[in-house]
Amino acid sequence: MKRTLSIVLGLVVLISLLGPVMAQEELPRTETLYVGGGLWSQPNNFNPLVSWAAVTGTIGLIYETLFIYDPLRDKLEPWLAESGKWVNDTVYEIKLREGLTWQDGKPLTAEDVKFTFELAKKYPGISFSPIWSWLGEVKVIDNRTVQFIFKEPHYEEWKYWLYNIPIVPEHIWKNIKDPVNYANTDNPVGSGMYKLYKRDQMRAIFIRNDKWWGIKYFGKPAPKYIVYVIVYSNNLALSMLVKGDLDWSNFFIPGVPDVKSKYGIVTWFDKAPYHLPANTAFLFLNNQKPPLNNPEFRRAIAYAINPKEIAARASQNQVTPADPTGLLIQYPAFKKIYYKEAVEKYGFTYDPKKANEILDKLRFKDVNGDGYREFPDGKPLKLTIIVPYGWTDWMEMARIISEQLGLVGIRVEPKFPDFSKYYEDLTKGTFEMAINNFGSQVYATPWQWFNWLLYPGVTPIGKPTYSGNWGRYKNEKVAELLHLINIEKDENKKLQYYHELQEIFLKDLPYIPLVYNGAWFEASTQYWTNWPTEHNPYAFPITWQGYWQMGGLKTLLGIKPAQKSTETVKEKTQTVVVTETVVKTETEKITETPTTTQSQSSPTTTATEGGICGPAAIIGLAAIPLFLRRRK
Amino acid sequence: MSGIRRYLVRKIIIYILTFIFAVTIDFIIPRLMPGDPIAVLLSRFATLPDVTKYLHSYFMQAFGLDKPLWVQYITFWKAVLHGDLGISIYYYPKPVAQIIKEALPYDLALLVPSIVASWIVGNWLGALAGKNRKLDSYLMPIFYFLQASPYFWFAILLAYLFSVKLGWFPIAGAYSYGIIPSLSWTFIKDYLHHWFLPFLSLFLVQLGGWAIGMRNMIIYEIEADYARYLESLGASERLIMKHAFKNAMLPQITGLALQLGLIVAGNVTVQVVFSYPGIGYVLMQGILNQDYFLIQGCFLVIILNVLVANFLIDLLYAVVDPRVRSAYMEGA
Repeated sequence: MKRTLSIVLGLVVLISLLGPVMAQEELPRTETLYVGGGLWSQPNNFNPLVSWAAVTGTIGLIYETLFIYDPLRDKLEPWLAESGKWVNDTVYEIKLREGLTWQDGKPLTAEDVKFTFELAKKYPGISFSPIWSWLGEVKVIDNRTVQFIFKEPHYEEWKYWLYNIPIVPEHIWKNIKDPVNYANTDNPVGSGMYKLYKRDQMRAIFIRNDKWWGIKYFGKPAPKYIVYVIVYSNNLALSMLVKGDLDWSNFFIPGVPDVKSKYGIVTWFDKAPYHLPANTAFLFLNNQKPPLNNPEFRRAIAYAINPKEIAARASQNQVTPADPTGLLIQYPAFKKIYYKEAVEKYGFTYDPKKANEILDKLRFKDVNGDGYREFPDGKPLKLTIIVPYGWTDWMEMARIISEQLGLVGIRVEPKFPDFSKYYEDLTKGTFEMAINNFGSQVYATPWQWFNWLLYPGVTPIGKPTYSGNWGRYKNEKVAELLHLINIEKDENKKLQYYHELQEIFLKDLPYIPLVYNGAWFEASTQYWTNWPTEHNPYAFPITWQGYWQMGGLKTLLGIKPAQKSTETVKEKTQTVVVTETVVKTETEKITETPTTTQSQSSPTTTATEGGICGPAAIIGLAAIPLFLRRRK
Repeated sequence: MSGIRRYLVRKIIIYILTFIFAVTIDFIIPRLMPGDPIAVLLSRFATLPDVTKYLHSYFMQAFGLDKPLWVQYITFWKAVLHGDLGISIYYYPKPVAQIIKEALPYDLALLVPSIVASWIVGNWLGALAGKNRKLDSYLMPIFYFLQASPYFWFAILLAYLFSVKLGWFPIAGAYSYGIIPSLSWTFIKDYLHHWFLPFLSLFLVQLGGWAIGMRNMIIYEIEADYARYLESLGASERLIMKHAFKNAMLPQITGLALQLGLIVAGNVTVQVVFSYPGIGYVLMQGILNQDYFLIQGCFLVIILNVLVANFLIDLLYAVVDPRVRSAYMEGA
């Protein structure tokens, strides 16, 4: 027993001696930006060509696109490209900026752009390869000029791809045999302002590229390191945020008003709803299933639902009720196509009386006197509404909608299957009602929003569909309009088509817009300041996958270190250090972790004590039986 | 010697059959779950419907999920026998084997100490209780409480008390977000800090079971004829206890084997509570996202784990327990 003890003690001593000698690394807190909200599994994939599987930041931080899109101003802004224009109806020409370089120092040229696009022609697993069904050729004119020659120009679609296709270096990717299954985790080389530094099961760490080509155009981003963390729940995100462990959060956080006033957390708006809208949550109705296949019945449902109550109860007013069209009219791209007259004519508001009238007229009556209506032929009417289990705000929404529809005599049962089951029912069209918002987000073109929602190429029920037309709404005119908008160059005609589309939507009401889901953004000013807000709207501050090029990058360029607060923090830590010099052999760096709790409560000290407590308790526990045994 | 060989051959055959059966179930179960893993995978990213449609069929083929089930089954066995666990769908394109390899150290660092420590401490406390009636009346309720607590419930309790309320320990992860793993005192301290609560919840729950088992055995042994005989000969209490303890240990070793199998399940829930990046957590992610290959891989490791543990205990038994040996000797 004595021997075991001495071995244990020896090890402890050895480790503590080794400690200071071995290179130990802790990221300097004042130069590190902690971000969360867009990483949901281990960061394993930094391949920008399979954008749906790539870790957030792969496109944007490491690999860059020709343009970025600012939804607040509805502007495609030049990024790698200096300019881009239609030379004629079928040829789009871009000019690259001067002095573009890859992170390994090699120049980024027109050849790289051509190579990137052609890679997708060769390997069909690459996300943007369907583009080749209407793109004819990519031609290099000179080192900085590329022409895209289209077989059939899809003007709207092209707009989307311009800020979504990442350019990759030819000199590296030409040697990669299987670019679709390539994880690209060992030193990915892009052209962006950050490089991949380290990664493990719970985070990805990026380090600033001090030789970034963009410094001369945009300046240098302030954070030296970006730690993008996986946070497992909204509540955990909240506690990390108030402790200062998370600087930039894109989570839905319950109780934002409280958190804001107590901890000085920054959100976009000072008052409710606190957040910009990110997308539209719809109540999807199965358009193939009676009675939901009847537009009048759908209209009755629309009148019976009160989105105000939904916003208040399910999301604590952090979201706002949606417009009858569902369009994200807060953004200029959507506002300019908005057809107000149609909304005035065919729109709807919460009006249960009208709902009752319609249902009575359709002869849905309560025959058996149980308080719920039956089909005109007397068959029982019972609908279900599905939402994934654990998505608490949506679950609450489903319950509220059931209650509200119950009030006009429609019996609806909310159901909460696991996500994969929910998604199967949704894609295969085997549901009756469902809440969803997956592709209804802000895009450079409302066409894409409509194309997701009303996609004409739906499959029959039982086969998966890949758009947002889950309920399989079919309308020849809509299909035609979507196609026309995509291939039309004349803006006035385009607007006309958009108006027609909205009119059809409002008349037919295939789906019911509920609320605008928030572009969740909460930031701590403890280490970083100058966050974009309604008063300083320089960027759309979202870091979800696919959003870096819509404002995440601009936010990074805009934030500044909070000099003052870090100094006070340092003072605080020094007092902490004194109280616990016993264990800490080497301190300066270590003590920056406990500073995280700067809020008025005092978990700072307890947290640091825990550090000693843990190991001590273990050794203690391990030692007790040994000691007692010896006495026997 | 041939007795032992016969014993072993029989055991090995049983283990192989169990393995085939378990692996087959391992193959079938995830596929019986409703849902479509590729669709779930693609749902993470909003892009054009045409693109999604196209990628869906591409990846169904790439993962071989468009083939009939029996073809998939044969492919699966071929791969398993080559030690290839496939590519994870959810963690695409990371190989399952690599995911497990990265997660395993966290499991071992949590499991081995907690099993060993709870076994030692539990047996010791149980023996103490069995010997001392007064102590027994205090300890037994505690043991029963611990043993009856489900792992996840106990873990949540500890997490609430020590992380949320007292703030002594971090609530999630294996180390702080701002620290790069290295062999430094800073990291080790941080690691232990995160390790302690999951360890404690596993340790405490298991402890109860061991202690109860040991206590009952000791009471039984002390009242056994040989113990009374020794007592009448005037042997010291120490000597009697020594014999009683030795005899009581045997079932505890069996228990250890069983526990090794059961602990995996307990470990899963504990890891989920603390978001601890071991196999339990990975498995949970795999199940939630219908990642067939990841689920299969994790279960395969767990199955192997249980089988090997049981096999080792069988071997140990043949050495430790003369009755096992003699049973096969006679037959030979």
